[in-house]
Amino acid sequence: MITDKLQTLGRDTINNIAGFGRSGLMLFGALVGKPDFRKGFPLLIRQLYVIGVLSLLIIVVSGLFIGMVLALQGYTVLVKFGAEGMLGPLVALSLLRELGPVVTALLFAGRAGSALTAEIGLMKATEQLSGMEMMAVDPLRRIIAPRFWAGVISMPLLALVFNAVGILGGHLIGVDWLGVDGGSYWSTMQANVDLYQDVLNGVIKSFVFAIIVVWIALHKGFDAVPTSEGISRATTQTVVTASLTVLGFDFILTALMFGG
Amino acid sequence: MSDIMVDIQHLSFSRGQHLIYDDMSMQVRRGKVTAIMGPSGIGKTTLLKLIGGQLKPDSGHILFDGQDIPALSRADLYQARKKMSMLFQSGALFTEMSVFDNVAFPIREHTRLPESLIRLIVLMKLESVGLRGARDLKPAELSGGMARRAALARAIALDPELIMYDEPFAGQDPISMGVIVRLIKELNNALGLTSIVVSHDVTEVMSIADYVYVVAEKKVIGHGTPEQLRQDKSELVQQFLKGEADGAVPFHYRAQAYEDELMESAR
Repeated sequence: MITDKLQTLGRDTINNIAGFGRSGLMLFGALVGKPDFRKGFPLLIRQLYVIGVLSLLIIVVSGLFIGMVLALQGYTVLVKFGAEGMLGPLVALSLLRELGPVVTALLFAGRAGSALTAEIGLMKATEQLSGMEMMAVDPLRRIIAPRFWAGVISMPLLALVFNAVGILGGHLIGVDWLGVDGGSYWSTMQANVDLYQDVLNGVIKSFVFAIIVVWIALHKGFDAVPTSEGISRATTQTVVTASLTVLGFDFILTALMFGG
Repeated sequence: MSDIMVDIQHLSFSRGQHLIYDDMSMQVRRGKVTAIMGPSGIGKTTLLKLIGGQLKPDSGHILFDGQDIPALSRADLYQARKKMSMLFQSGALFTEMSVFDNVAFPIREHTRLPESLIRLIVLMKLESVGLRGARDLKPAELSGGMARRAALARAIALDPELIMYDEPFAGQDPISMGVIVRLIKELNNALGLTSIVVSHDVTEVMSIADYVYVVAEKKVIGHGTPEQLRQDKSELVQQFLKGEADGAVPFHYRAQAYEDELMESAR
């Protein structure tokens, strides 16, 4: 009994480490080497559209509502201390430091990450990747690389859009509905938000999360068992693994950036 | 230039614990249609992937045009692959591209020809498989037989020296089967290709192959021209060619004795 459990534990650990190694090799093969801009650039533009632009709607809507909820919740607490003038910094700092990068990453994993995994898994199942390899076209360079770069470029931008829309949403609730002074909303925000400490650190977070989510999504698809069951499992794993890894890294990054 | 296009010498290959090929050798002659036949599940597709360098053998040599494929560097392997091409059982067409773009794909990837010239080449290739009119369709809109012909047009887009067909007849209706049989033979002769056809459709293969290898039980059990093979004395070869259900290859997957198993559940 106990030996069985130990065996399973050992096997799972070995499989996980081997999978991690394979994902590293995949990324290495995709990114290392002489880039071919003539062929690569149109592919990148196409993926920026599919991965980035098409994720815009869910990001804008979520950002708006998160900003509105932040203002509503923050106001009820701040007003007790007569500090509702600080609503601006509260909304902005929550978004810039934390919610913007994290929620964008979670939404991105669900919207674009799962789609990437399913797409690549299906390409594998229908032998498109194999076929490409036999046509002397490296699928790592042709399929994986543009998707990786598109994700890494678009996610920080999406997080910035999320932040901006969220701050506007906070304004909508705080100023237009609850009656906080508009001037103080913006001026306290301006006084309390630091470009490097807050905005840039948020962008760095978002950049790290982008690498995590896209890497996991691409690897799960590339490594999927090429059956319908295997692809469905890989897609689920992408969302679960990417979300948990993002939250874990968020804690580490926050501790490093704002902890001491 | 050697007369032998693909020379497989003492090839052994295993997947996990399972040995698939044990010290197998075969030769594919330049300009001929060579067929590899055998019961399903013996790794015929695996053999094509070994020739294409997608899998590496445990031991042995696979010489393609004099180059030992498993020993090639990555860059050299990609160079060698430009001279070969493979028709997958599923066609492996890129689903997000039209038929035209699928056929143009290898040309655009490997050459810098102007678009007007690419268009001419693609139309010629599509004409040769009879799908010039279907160039704007997406792969999802094609029937199984048409998808395979479109894939064939893509496979010959760069005028390869070797083309490998993986089960080209599987799941085809008699008409498209006839079309594909004719295409394989015609393309081979007209373009001076070397063809390897992996299949278990005995009649179709025997009608077009110049030379046939029958593979079973991890090695070649019989080879020769179709006429020679029909005279072959091996029980296994005859069972396969005549399609008998039981014989040297048993009908039943290995299991414990039937009576024992039934009695076990009754208990």
